[in-house]
Amino acid sequence: MIRRLIITLITGVLLTFTHSSFAEALLLARSSQDFPEAMSTLQNAISKKGYKISKVQRVDEGLKKSGFNSDKYRIVFFGKADEIRKLSNKFPELIPYLPLNFAIFAEGRDTLVSTLNPAGLKSYYPTLEIAIVFDRWEKDLREILSVIRNTK
Amino acid sequence: MRQTQILSALCLLAFGWPTFAAIDGKQLYGSHCAACHGSNGMGGVGIPLALPTYLEIVTEKYLVNSIRLGRPGRVMPAFTRLTDSEVQAIVKYIFGWYKGKKEPLPNTPIKGDITNGAKLFTQYCAECHGVNGEGGSGTGVSFSRHQGLPIIPPALLNSGFLASASDQMHKMTLVKGRMGTPMVSFKKKGLTDQQLNDIVAYVRNFEKLLQFFPDQEKTEPPILSYTSSSSFEQTVENIREAIVSANFSLIKTQSIDNGLSNPKKEDKKKTIIYFCNFTIINELLKLDPRVGVFLPCRVTIVELEGKVKIMSINPKIFSTHFNNDELTGISELLYDMYRKILEDSVL
Repeated sequence: MIRRLIITLITGVLLTFTHSSFAEALLLARSSQDFPEAMSTLQNAISKKGYKISKVQRVDEGLKKSGFNSDKYRIVFFGKADEIRKLSNKFPELIPYLPLNFAIFAEGRDTLVSTLNPAGLKSYYPTLEIAIVFDRWEKDLREILSVIRNTK
Repeated sequence: MRQTQILSALCLLAFGWPTFAAIDGKQLYGSHCAACHGSNGMGGVGIPLALPTYLEIVTEKYLVNSIRLGRPGRVMPAFTRLTDSEVQAIVKYIFGWYKGKKEPLPNTPIKGDITNGAKLFTQYCAECHGVNGEGGSGTGVSFSRHQGLPIIPPALLNSGFLASASDQMHKMTLVKGRMGTPMVSFKKKGLTDQQLNDIVAYVRNFEKLLQFFPDQEKTEPPILSYTSSSSFEQTVENIREAIVSANFSLIKTQSIDNGLSNPKKEDKKKTIIYFCNFTIINELLKLDPRVGVFLPCRVTIVELEGKVKIMSINPKIFSTHFNNDELTGISELLYDMYRKILEDSVL
C-alpha cells in the first residue's frame, strides 16, 4: 500500500516536473493549407478528439481597412459539456479560461493556428487534479496541432 | 529491487526517452520553428532563417543559444524542453539550407571606442534597431505588418541576442549586410574597419546595461475576480451597461456551455459576456497576431453557493504568455478597462 502510494506520488511529481516547469506558454502550428481548408481540418481534428465546437468568432473587422493583408482571422471555441460543468463547479477560478479555443489566421498562403498551452497555467493553479486535466488538454491540443501541420 | 526497477523506468520515461527515438531535424523544425519562421525558413512572425547572407555568417553557437535562450520579451521563446541532440538536429537542418562555403569565424572579442560607437549607432543603426537597440515594432510578414517590410529589425539590447551573437559575427553582419532585408553592408556604405569595431563594442556594452534590468519573472494573478452583492440577473445587466459605458461593443451574452449541450440543459448560472473594441483588437493584432486566443474580450458571471462572482482573464499576463514586451502597454490599458468594468458593475 505504502509502496503504491510512493510510486503514485513520484509519478505525480515527475509528471508535474517534466511538463509544467518547461511548458511553452503557447502552442503553434503552421499549415500549408489555405485558410478555408485549414479551418475545415482544424474543426475535424477537434471533433475527432471528442470535443464539440461551440462557437466560431470573427475578430478581424476593420483589419483590412487598417491596411493589413489578411482579414481571415477566427477564434474557434470548443469543449466537452460535462467536463466544463464539473470543472467550473469544482474550480470556478478556471472559468475565465473556458471553453478552450484556437486562434486561426491566414499568413500569406499558409495558415497559422495558436492556442494557450494549459500546462503553462499550472503554476497559477497548483493542484494535482488540475495539473492532470491540463496535461490531458495539452496532449489533445498538441495532437490537433500535429494534424494541422501534417495535413497537406 | 522491484521498486528500483520501477523508479528507473519512470525516470527513463521522464528524462531519457527522447535520446532513444530517432531524431529528425526536419520534423523538429516543423514542430517547433516553422509556425513562426516558415516551413522553408523564409520567415513570418519570426525572422527569415534561410537567407544565404544570414546562414553564411551565423555560427552553430549562435543558433544553439538562440534556441535555448530565446529572445526575452521579443516573442521568440526559450526552448528549454528540447534535448541537446534535438537542438543540434534543428541547427543541422537549418544549416542544410545553405549551399555556399562557410568560413569559420574567430572567437576573438573586438575592441573599439564605445563613445564613438554610440554616435555611429545613432547615425546608422537607430532608425531600424531603435534608439536604445530595442528593435522594431510588431511581428509577422503578412498579417501584422505590410509585406513591403520583409523583416522586423531585431532587438540588440536583448540578453538572448547578446549571449548568442559573438563580436565577430556581429561585425560580419555589418560588413556584409543581409541581402533580402533592409540591413545593408556598412562597409560598402563607407564605414572604416575601426568604425565597425566601435559599433560592435558599443552593442557589446549593452550587456552592462542589461545587468541593471535583469529578465524578471512576472507574477500577476491569472484572473480578476470580484463578488457582487446584486442578484445574478442584475449583475449581468450591470456588466452589460458598464461594458457599453467603457466604449466597448457587446457581441453576445451566453451560458458557458452554450453550443456544447442541449439548450435546455445549459448552465444558466454561468454566463459569459463577449465584447470588443475594434481599435484595441487591431492594435493588439498588429503587435502580435497570436494574441487572438485571449479575444474577444470576455467577462464571466457565476452564481455558486448563493454568491455571485464576476471574473475575467487578467490582461496583464498577456506580455508574459506571448513573451512580447510590446504588449505590456496595451495589456495594462486593457487591465484598467477590465477592472473599471468589473468594479463599476459591483458598486
